[in-house]
Amino acid sequence: MAEFFWAYVWPVLVIAAHSVLLLVVLLVLIAFLLLADRKIWAAVQLRRGPNVVGPFGLLQSFADLLKFVLKEPVIPAGANKGVFLLAPLVSAVLALSAWAVIPVSPGWAVANINVGILYVFAISSLEVYGVIMGGWASNSKYPFLGALRSAAQMVSYEVSIGFVIITVLLCVGSLNLTDIVLAQQGSLGMFNWFWLPLFPLFIIFFVSALAETNRPPFDLPEAESELVAGFMVEYSSTPYLLFMLGEYVAIVLMCALTTILFLGGWLPPFDIAPFNWLPGVFWFVFKVVFVFFMFAMVKAIVPRYRYDQLMRLGWKVFLPLSLFMIVAVASVLHFFDLAP
Amino acid sequence: MNELLMQYLPVAIFIGVALVIGLALIAAPFFVTISNPDPEKVSAYECGFKAFDDARMKFDVRFYLVALLFIIFDLEVAFLFPWAVAFRDAGTFGFWSVMIFLGILTIGFIYEWRKGALEWD
Repeated sequence: MAEFFWAYVWPVLVIAAHSVLLLVVLLVLIAFLLLADRKIWAAVQLRRGPNVVGPFGLLQSFADLLKFVLKEPVIPAGANKGVFLLAPLVSAVLALSAWAVIPVSPGWAVANINVGILYVFAISSLEVYGVIMGGWASNSKYPFLGALRSAAQMVSYEVSIGFVIITVLLCVGSLNLTDIVLAQQGSLGMFNWFWLPLFPLFIIFFVSALAETNRPPFDLPEAESELVAGFMVEYSSTPYLLFMLGEYVAIVLMCALTTILFLGGWLPPFDIAPFNWLPGVFWFVFKVVFVFFMFAMVKAIVPRYRYDQLMRLGWKVFLPLSLFMIVAVASVLHFFDLAP
Repeated sequence: MNELLMQYLPVAIFIGVALVIGLALIAAPFFVTISNPDPEKVSAYECGFKAFDDARMKFDVRFYLVALLFIIFDLEVAFLFPWAVAFRDAGTFGFWSVMIFLGILTIGFIYEWRKGALEWD
């Protein structure tokens, strides 16, 4: 019995503890990033932003959570109840599951699987289902149109993200996320990370990540002036909260992916005294928060795209450009014999 | 436990924990709030009007086209994954095979573009 416990039950308990720890830290981080998002937006517009709950409004997100839980969940009469409630669940759970393979420090990943990036790519492709299910099940016109737009937008930019990931893989030769970070290690410090040699792809990935997560300036599905709130119109209470949670988890996931693929993950900017004293997890979180700050600034500064411009950018600019970059990078690696 | 299981079990457990959090959140308000539906509250939102007809209506065929194009290009990405990882092992033959493959797809892409499948007006 004791043998069985140590061989099978104990490892499972350890893994479960890791998972809970990562999820709790992630959700608390997201609560504060959400506040930071609102604060940055407010500061750009010379407003104060949320500042009542707690010092500087720091507890605003937790107050919001409490309010969502205490609201009556309204399910429209014409909706398909099961699918209607399943949609936010799918959306949030899928967004969270991708975090299982993200390494926050050397060896600090819940699951260090050797197909890490493929897993993340697969899970983020599935996220479109939450949107489609929500829009269809609501049986109302705004959600339906919002879901269609949103789905088309998400799949359009998925393609360029895929091409960008392929190009990074060419320079790494492994699907493991830890290997991708380690491949960026070098004597030049931060100038060895992929953002510099693959600069056009860094830009394509960043903008595609904005579109993929329905962030402004690509927040067409939620364009308040035309579609009210897109596929979320009929949602209230925690189902709505789960959609928002899923969206923000996906945004932070994209920040983490940008960090891992282009900004050297947990590596310090220079491997010299004051920088490498700090642990890797600090640099990882620092970079993720930095990328999130860029996301927030884009939201505050750039005006919203029109739908035809959005599709043109995805299919006629990013797709050919990323396709060309694959050929260019592969050719350079092949003819100069630089492949890893 | 065997190695493969030890690699992938954490993923399953992690998804399980995430599912528990999601389910707890979605179930919570059904226990703590008073549900008080009335016909106006549960009717579909349509800017204050009564809904004219069913919402599952006809929609623009271009959304369908985008989905089709997405499948083609996403498959292409899926094909390129193993090549990218084994780039050195695939060697010259692998390099030129993929270049021809990409070339054929590019011809298809140009055809779509010229046919106007990518136009939204």
